[in-house]
Amino acid sequence: MENSRRSFLKVAGITALGIGTKPVLDVFASSGGHGEEPKPEVYSNEKALTAEKWGMVIDTTKFHSAEDLAPIIEACHKIHNVPDLPDSKHEIMWLWEDEYKHVFTHREHELINDRIKHLPFLVLCNHCEKPACVRACPTKATFKRDDGIVLMDFHRCIGCRFCMAACPYGSRSFNFRDPRPFIKEENKEFPTRMKGVVEKCNFCAERLAVGKMPACVEASNGAITVGDLDDPESEVRELLRTNYTIRRKPDLGAGPSVYYIV
Amino acid sequence: MYDKNKIVAGLVIFVAIVTFPFWYNLGNASSAPEPKLSEKAKAAKECVVPKESMKSEHMRILDLWRDTVVRDANRIYNTGKGKTFNMSLSTGEESCTGCHDNKAEFCDKCHNYASVDPYCWDCHIAPKEKKPEENK
Repeated sequence: MENSRRSFLKVAGITALGIGTKPVLDVFASSGGHGEEPKPEVYSNEKALTAEKWGMVIDTTKFHSAEDLAPIIEACHKIHNVPDLPDSKHEIMWLWEDEYKHVFTHREHELINDRIKHLPFLVLCNHCEKPACVRACPTKATFKRDDGIVLMDFHRCIGCRFCMAACPYGSRSFNFRDPRPFIKEENKEFPTRMKGVVEKCNFCAERLAVGKMPACVEASNGAITVGDLDDPESEVRELLRTNYTIRRKPDLGAGPSVYYIV
Repeated sequence: MYDKNKIVAGLVIFVAIVTFPFWYNLGNASSAPEPKLSEKAKAAKECVVPKESMKSEHMRILDLWRDTVVRDANRIYNTGKGKTFNMSLSTGEESCTGCHDNKAEFCDKCHNYASVDPYCWDCHIAPKEKKPEENK
């Protein structure tokens, strides 16, 4: 065949058309026929406890001394594999106790009544409405869930400790060393942490997900209540309605979700 | 060409040294390891996705799962064929290690061969190693 411009253009055109239709045909080929394959799904446990906005009320009138708080702290720390480090500078705390003048710094005065002055208060992450730690975290390892719980994705934490500087409540601890050797009894149902990550209270998100109340609530004999702050019928709202409650450093505007009956 | 013999001899020695790793290891290539399935995993027959996809995709699945669990609080995976799994690496009966309960025989075998060192076990608690006699 004689090579003319005309025949060359014909062949080129047909080739281009052929190449062009291949992806289109592929799409048709893949879309039809295999549609019967069942699609996997992910969902949450139907027993999971949910709320619009989780909150906690701690009734401090039910506590008298540090002995009353110890089993609650132990329950929390045991379940979450929180290590017990000998050096207080390396201490890891999810739930701990402190005195009034340190907890409610803006309300403290030297002539406060004796009961309050010597009463140990339970302190933990306040799961703030506007958490400073979340804004400070450069990797989004700390984030706020839609239900108000401020959580950490330990996988993503790079250990920069900006969140610790940002948190006005000192609720976060840093693993200066490998915590594993200092965990007395490992709970296999919860991972440990590694050296170089920050950790804090997770509002027992892993327990709520399977329909269990947070460990501190279970261990507190009714002194700690959690529930939905947005539900006017909830138990926490009832407690807030009928008792005088205070929050830690509310003037900072972080909007803590932990309330104390004093 | 001057010193032809010396140059050729030198070249032969040079090539021999350079190619030494190739011919020294010739025929010694170790075969790809076969991860050993636990009795429970054998009985279950199928995993979250078919075996071949699991081989190539498990790290991506785990990555996706951790985000789904931590961020969206969705912890149950349904294969679509009526089977459900607890989307967890190391907690509970229906988690990964609930079935694959021998880390050394299952995870480490391939990871060591491929020289990858995932940091899963820095935090997640590996299932307790069973002694060989207990394994039977």
